Amino acid sequence: MSNVEPEIVLRARDITRAFPGVQALAGVDLTLRAGEVHALMGQNGAGKSTLIKVLTGVYAPDAGSIELLGRPITPASPIHAQELGLSAVHQESHLLPNLSVAENICAGRYPRRPWSRGGGIDWRETNKRARELLAGLGIVLDVTQLAGGLPAALQQLATVARAVATDARVLILDEPTSSLDADEVQALFALIRRLRDQGVAILFVTHFLDQVYEICDRMTVLRNGKFVGEYACARLDARGLVAAMVGREIANAEKPAVSHVPADAATRPPVLAAKNISRRGQLKPMDIELRSGEVLGLAGLLGSGRTELARLLFALDARDSGDIAIDGNPVRLDGPADALALEIGFCPEDRKHSGIVADLSVRENIALALQARMGLRKFLKFSDQCALAEKLVAALGVKTASIETPIGQLSGGNQQKAIIARWLATHPRVLILDEPTRGIDVAAKQELMREVLELAQGGTAVLFISAEIEEVVRVADRILVLRDRSKAGELERGCGEDAVYAMIANAPGAPA
Amino acid sequence: MKRVTQHALFWPATTLVLLLIASSVFNPQFLSLAWRDGHLYGSAIDILNRAAPLMVVSLGMTLVIAVRGLDISVGAVVAIAAAVAALMIGGSFSASGEVASKFPLWLALGSALAIAAACGLWNGLLVVKAGMQPIVATLILMVAGRGIAQLLTGGQIITVYYPPYFKLGNGFLAGLPVALWIAALLWAALHFLLSRTALGLFIRAIGGNPEAARVAGVRSSAITLCVYTFCGLAAGVAGLIISSNVKSADANNAGQLLELDAILAVTLGGTALTGGRFTLAGTVLGALIIQTLTSMIYSLGVPPEVNLVVKAALVFAVMLLQSPEFRALVAGSARRTGAASK
Repeated sequence: MSNVEPEIVLRARDITRAFPGVQALAGVDLTLRAGEVHALMGQNGAGKSTLIKVLTGVYAPDAGSIELLGRPITPASPIHAQELGLSAVHQESHLLPNLSVAENICAGRYPRRPWSRGGGIDWRETNKRARELLAGLGIVLDVTQLAGGLPAALQQLATVARAVATDARVLILDEPTSSLDADEVQALFALIRRLRDQGVAILFVTHFLDQVYEICDRMTVLRNGKFVGEYACARLDARGLVAAMVGREIANAEKPAVSHVPADAATRPPVLAAKNISRRGQLKPMDIELRSGEVLGLAGLLGSGRTELARLLFALDARDSGDIAIDGNPVRLDGPADALALEIGFCPEDRKHSGIVADLSVRENIALALQARMGLRKFLKFSDQCALAEKLVAALGVKTASIETPIGQLSGGNQQKAIIARWLATHPRVLILDEPTRGIDVAAKQELMREVLELAQGGTAVLFISAEIEEVVRVADRILVLRDRSKAGELERGCGEDAVYAMIANAPGAPA
Repeated sequence: MKRVTQHALFWPATTLVLLLIASSVFNPQFLSLAWRDGHLYGSAIDILNRAAPLMVVSLGMTLVIAVRGLDISVGAVVAIAAAVAALMIGGSFSASGEVASKFPLWLALGSALAIAAACGLWNGLLVVKAGMQPIVATLILMVAGRGIAQLLTGGQIITVYYPPYFKLGNGFLAGLPVALWIAALLWAALHFLLSRTALGLFIRAIGGNPEAARVAGVRSSAITLCVYTFCGLAAGVAGLIISSNVKSADANNAGQLLELDAILAVTLGGTALTGGRFTLAGTVLGALIIQTLTSMIYSLGVPPEVNLVVKAALVFAVMLLQSPEFRALVAGSARRTGAASK
């Protein structure tokens, strides 16, 4: 610990930016110091993404100034920002899947062969540089393989490596951990610490409070586009932080969810029962039963088959074996349209790719599944669509300028809520939620879990999938644990996180 | 004012109006209409009549492009439909003036349209079931289709001697060309389907994000198949109009390069080639822009050998006018020079 105040690398003052109908940022300050990890905190729609986009030149601010090492800068584009020394890594990794890791890392700065040797790109040197860069950051990986074939976690590490390959002075990490499991987060943190010690100023955006306290030195909190304050992490505890973000105390933030399970739930016949379902390379044969009024939690590490199971149940992928019965009657389930007709709903994990239709309005996105079930001819009248959308937007607290706003303009958490609204509109008997809380803030998570419990109370059978065991334990009546693409076992309500971890790890002493 | 300029149809409509004004400057008679022989006469009517086949094909193309597809086989399907109709109607020249169709007219037209729709279905199957890239899938029929048409006609131009058939491409109904009525009817039917059923929403969802549409339970495959089938059918209708107009079927030239004009009409109308956003009215305007351009070139008396170059230059100008980036560039430099002169 030195008493010298660390050098200020980046200072943004009074940043203001408005969009039609929304004041995204109003007079926000941000100061980043060399060799520090700085958290940017706030709920969905607080203005975090907008601030990052202003810093990296995606948007020009309406007012305010940015100084880098004391000199005013006006980044005009992400590339320009990168040349100035500001690199950003976004939530979803942005490697080009059809290029090799090395090509991705060196993209735009390919080493050239001298003309005497024919000119062109020196691929050997490209691979060597990429390998050295990764090795220097403690990442071991075959740089010649296609980036698209890597697990999400390695893609994320490679993306960070690419971002710092340009000698960045400021590294912005926008929810880099949202798709990583605990070990992978530690690998990323090791990388962050290494970069921090090299004097890089790091801006870290996340919804995981424990991660903030683990790695960050200071934080800046935003609320509704306004600057709330800058705090040293040691001086503001989690409760205080949440209060600063939300603007009100969430007294019961850490309390377990209320018990709601009806007495006879366990003996009720299953709404949906799948026997022996499997898909080669994705899921080994297993059984699963969903009962009305019950939340079944699905826990397991990344790659344990969580999403694969959900996709088979919704018939997004064809199963190689297995029968599915609804209310005890075998049913044909050969595609999402069948699932929809059987009153099954599914919120996918990857909302940008398979959830939202970005160009369509919030209203149309919400009406889509219900309309798909009603078919072509029974067209929901415009006024009915509006009423439906208004009702669900209000019920779930979706923040949007209007229901006619294209959904792509909403913040991530609000998009997620709108997709859940899409399925609520169909009144599903079975609702599969794959990582519904990913990338959304604490208060929204609370609301969402309350919503899940209410749904179950209304008689829906809910399958709740989350990488955060703590969430699964809090919300689920029964927990199905997956390990290595097969069922490791089931746990009853109130088992505690440790029991889940033990079962995932196949540790001795775990209930079989 | 801003609301007007930001309307999706503002620039296509402006372009068309500018072209019409330009045409009437070169030819003062251009916009005059006359009532003769029980129907309207004039350059404008002529443009509408000649644009009808392109409108019909482009309407089908609009929907295909809206679901992220492309159909470059429409020109070949035009040739096939024309050949089938001409062969089945035939008729022979007789001194007595007695004419007869080989098959009943309705059967001939029906068969031609059914075969055209089957061509569209084939394209759709290749795209949806075989997972081919649309441009490659329809390239197959683009090449093979014209071959089939040539095979059917034996490489000859089949002349039709059956006047009732000529009504489609030359007749008038209530003062307006029959072909225009057909195009209008098709447009109205599509408009009804898209606004009174969920088809419009589904097509925009599929075009906007196919995976999300599928996850939401939209029967994307079935809808995409229908859209391709409809595009084939529309090309068949255009084939009938074209062959009726020239009273023959020319397998080598009927519908030649029509696919490119159709894609151009769709683009000019403001439909996004990336899918999702589409406008039928814009496509109709686009088809009219293209036909007005063509007519203008003829009426200017441009020599045939420079015809294509002039058309290309005009299309280029039209596309620039419609490009938001280009307009922003022009507006920006205008502002800068304005500021500099102050």
